[in-house]
Amino acid sequence: MTEDIRAIIREHARLTVDVATLADDADLYQAGMTSHASVNLMLALEEKFDVEFPERMLRRRAFENIAAIRAAVEELTAEKAG
Amino acid sequence: MSISVPQTPAEKKFYDELVAHKLLIPCDVPGVFGRGGVFEDVVDRLMMLISKHGGGDGAEIQRYPPLLSRNTFVQSGYLKSFPQMIGVVHSFVGKDPEHKKLLERVDQGETWSDDFPHADLVLTPAACYPVYPQAKGTLEAKGKLVDIMSYCMRHEPSGDPARMQMFRQREYVRVGTPEQIDEFRETWAKRSMTIMVEQLQLAAHRDVANDPFFGRGGKMLAMNQRDAALKHEILIPICSTEKPTACVSINYHQEHFGHLFEIRQPNGEYAHTSCIGFGLERTTLALLHTHGLAPAEWPKSVREHLGL
Repeated sequence: MTEDIRAIIREHARLTVDVATLADDADLYQAGMTSHASVNLMLALEEKFDVEFPERMLRRRAFENIAAIRAAVEELTAEKAG
Repeated sequence: MSISVPQTPAEKKFYDELVAHKLLIPCDVPGVFGRGGVFEDVVDRLMMLISKHGGGDGAEIQRYPPLLSRNTFVQSGYLKSFPQMIGVVHSFVGKDPEHKKLLERVDQGETWSDDFPHADLVLTPAACYPVYPQAKGTLEAKGKLVDIMSYCMRHEPSGDPARMQMFRQREYVRVGTPEQIDEFRETWAKRSMTIMVEQLQLAAHRDVANDPFFGRGGKMLAMNQRDAALKHEILIPICSTEKPTACVSINYHQEHFGHLFEIRQPNGEYAHTSCIGFGLERTTLALLHTHGLAPAEWPKSVREHLGL
């Protein structure tokens, strides 16, 4: 899943650095992601993983690094499976 | 009024009073009004009061018609964030046969808007937008400070007289370094409360706010904006005390417009921008609601500050 997330970040987050150089806990906003880019990232993640982020997750924190995104997507896919 | 939008009892009462006193002149579309002489006199005096506070800062005065070019509008990103608010200008370009057909369609009550292609113009949604494209390039050390006023269009038909579809914003717009923006925001946060609370004696308070960004992505933008406290509003009860009306907004766009319009600080980084906007109609309505419909009877000190 982490590789899928990295691929979506590469396409949608408009980082100023190569996502391959970033650790899972590196701050994506520091790496150049704007608020508007984070919205595009959110929508692309929803499409890829067939989930819908609830309102409580539509915050800066939920998309600030790869680990946080993975945790959020895992939580939503687990909810769906359960 | 042939209004097709809901109105609370308080909104209806105030609306009817404003119309009866010829302060506002309604038309057959909600949220669009003519302004009577007494109303307009208060607006003029508010403009002067705001100038008394900001006029010594060396701002460049600019006045624009309430229009933006399509290019500037698209570049501004407004279409991404607020598509629901936009008013676009379309104009007829046909010849006699098309004109004849057009009139027939109008007569028959058919849709005729597709005879009007886009005229490369969009109604200004916020007074500060014309400032950014002309700031393109590298700023001087002192940055840029502009005093601007324009009618603005927001497509949000409402029965609340304080939510107009076309209204005036008087703004000061600052373009510069983050430090220059901090100073500007602090100065105007104080000045705007002095104007509203001390001088105009309105029951105003300041709060963190967010713009009405569109859609689910917009929820995220709104929360980001709130978390970072990028927008503050001065709220005054007009038709509701639970939901007071935003009469002033102080906005910090960070490098959003610097990036979109290629404006740079002297050190080469993208410029930061901020604006303070006074809603001239809303502040006038707050005065009329708070102090009464006859400005001649307003408290003496309020009248003095307005030069009434």
